[in-house]
Amino acid sequence: MPTLLDYRRRIRSVKSTQQITRAMKFVAAAKLRRAQEGVFAARPYAKEIIRVLRSAAARMESPAHPLLQRRPEEKILVMVLTGDRSLCGAFNSNVLRHAMDFIREHHAQQLELIVVGKKGRDTLRKRGYSFVAEYLDVSAKVEFSKAKEIAARVAELYTSGEVDAVYAIYNEFKNVMVQNLRAEKLLPVDPEVVKKSAEGEDLASHHAGPGGSLPTEPAPGGQGRLVDYIYEQPVAEIFAGLVPRYLEGEIFRILLESAAAEHAARMTAMDSATRNASELIDKLTLRMNNIRQAAITKELIEIVSGAASATS
Amino acid sequence: MATLAEKIELQVVTPERHILSEDVDSLEMPGKDGYLGILPGHAPLMTELGVGILTYHKSGETRYLTVMYGFAEVLPDRVIVLAEISERAEEIDVARATAALERAKADTPKAGSTEADWDEANEAIERATARLQAATKAGSGSGAGSAPRAVQHAAG
Repeated sequence: MPTLLDYRRRIRSVKSTQQITRAMKFVAAAKLRRAQEGVFAARPYAKEIIRVLRSAAARMESPAHPLLQRRPEEKILVMVLTGDRSLCGAFNSNVLRHAMDFIREHHAQQLELIVVGKKGRDTLRKRGYSFVAEYLDVSAKVEFSKAKEIAARVAELYTSGEVDAVYAIYNEFKNVMVQNLRAEKLLPVDPEVVKKSAEGEDLASHHAGPGGSLPTEPAPGGQGRLVDYIYEQPVAEIFAGLVPRYLEGEIFRILLESAAAEHAARMTAMDSATRNASELIDKLTLRMNNIRQAAITKELIEIVSGAASATS
Repeated sequence: MATLAEKIELQVVTPERHILSEDVDSLEMPGKDGYLGILPGHAPLMTELGVGILTYHKSGETRYLTVMYGFAEVLPDRVIVLAEISERAEEIDVARATAALERAKADTPKAGSTEADWDEANEAIERATARLQAATKAGSGSGAGSAPRAVQHAAG
């Protein structure tokens, strides 16, 4: 039977834990607000640049840039985005489970991994995977220069023919309560689905392409969308700039999505932890008071019966 | 010619920000090899952007943005500007741009040592000049008895 003192100690310790979780919740909420703004600000650019590229890819006869080349997908690069810290609910384990599923599904192909975040690196390394590259401490403050660095590495692997396709597995920030797990194809860029090309349709429906639902261009003037562009500069020159920008923009957006989703997950997790702590404190307090009352009653009985025996 | 679009949907985005989304009558933008004027119904066109001022006209009013590097896609009824850097003329910090211009000008003679330094200094001058021009144009555009400009901020 725990004593009164035991309960007092227990309550004090739960209270101090609660203080920590509450502080973490507020910190996560503040960071989430900033990260959320970042995501919303970065989305239009990523969406537009992928649309431009897909529309251009559909217009072109042959790929104008090494990164637009399509090869049979024999070697696949998978980028797994996790957080650097835990205490964020199922955030990291969800991504990792999804990554493992993806790896299992593609066991026929040769897989290479890039991992972002300490949690992912530790878990995957424990399971015996090796990485072509790892990036740590990215999610605390997502910077465009980091996206550039990752994009350069990815582009290098793709251009050299070491990989034939690039996927990213990450948590997309939907809203504070919901994160969407996604496996998104970064490269090669699928041409915009044009009714005529059955091949394009197959590829596009295989996996949700970047940008999610493909915004179908409001067909300007009927068949106008199939007319190739007038290029102000040589085609190769334009694409030499455009394609890396796409990759950078998209990776930047994905990093931001993952960071925002992590903060959201941490906030929700810490919120429920704080609430659980309150419940626990209430329960313990109730039990403590029961014991206190029992002790008081016992004492009273002793005094009363003691007094009775003295007067009699 | 009856089916031609009468307005152009102009979108200006940078990796970090959505700058503008508006239906405009016409616009001029700084291509890498010179300014381009775009009217509704333009043939599909793709261009790299230089450093300069994007001017657009909307129901008699003229607005200015700086645009630096990046790309633009022109479609008959839509223009998408994917700029590296862009800001509305109203947002430009004139004092800062002036300071940047002076600093860059002071750097130029010293920067002769390597080509990269030289380019960097020249680009800084270009950027600062574009900012100052945009700010000046926006400033003078609002005077001369024209109606006070309702600054519309694009959502998002």
